[in-house]
Amino acid sequence: MEWLALVIVIVTLTSAVAVLLLKDFLAALAAFSVVSLGMSVLFVIVRAPDVAMTEAAIGAGLSSLLFALALRRLGLWRSKD
Amino acid sequence: MMDTGLILHTGAFGLIVIGIAGIVLSSHLIRIIFGIALLEAGANLLLLLATWHEGTSAPIIVDGHIPAVMADPVPQALVLTAIVIGVGILALALSLALRIQQAWGTLDIREIRQRMEEEIADTAGVDLPSSPHAPKPFPPVAAKQEGRS
Repeated sequence: MEWLALVIVIVTLTSAVAVLLLKDFLAALAAFSVVSLGMSVLFVIVRAPDVAMTEAAIGAGLSSLLFALALRRLGLWRSKD
Repeated sequence: MMDTGLILHTGAFGLIVIGIAGIVLSSHLIRIIFGIALLEAGANLLLLLATWHEGTSAPIIVDGHIPAVMADPVPQALVLTAIVIGVGILALALSLALRIQQAWGTLDIREIRQRMEEEIADTAGVDLPSSPHAPKPFPPVAAKQEGRS
């Protein structure tokens, strides 16, 4: 179990850094979604399956949808380069 | 060999640190909202880790008998609520960002702060406050950010 935790923690922290460093906001949003999915796997590891389900549905699904809609309305959907 | 608890705590604290760094260091409003969301995820994981240790089982009662070593369900219910509230916070922050973009046409917080100070001073009917200890204004911001957003 501990190698799984190690891999998921590394992936989650790397994506969290990528959220703050990526110039393209759509790529940052994808990285944020990866962070949410990694968090849901970590919740399964700490024996909280209900929280993991909620995090996968709401954290990765609904909040990414909210971010995407806001980015589209703000005009940051496509990076200008 | 590392144990799982140390790895998970490292992940939780790392997420919290990265979230705080995003809030403090970035100048774009959307980036700050991303930082808030990351900080919230790390805090949720830390709250769940408070009552977890190696070898606990999920708090599910099977066939009427309670498992001997099970994780505490109270922080799990708390975190479940916190996740849903987090989406509400996210929606509020994003709608405020939309409103700021509509009103002032920018999402750079330095320019937003300048505009806020100007509007407050204008409403109060006084000049812009200038004490010797006031932070210096940021000269290149207003010209540079105009074309991008």
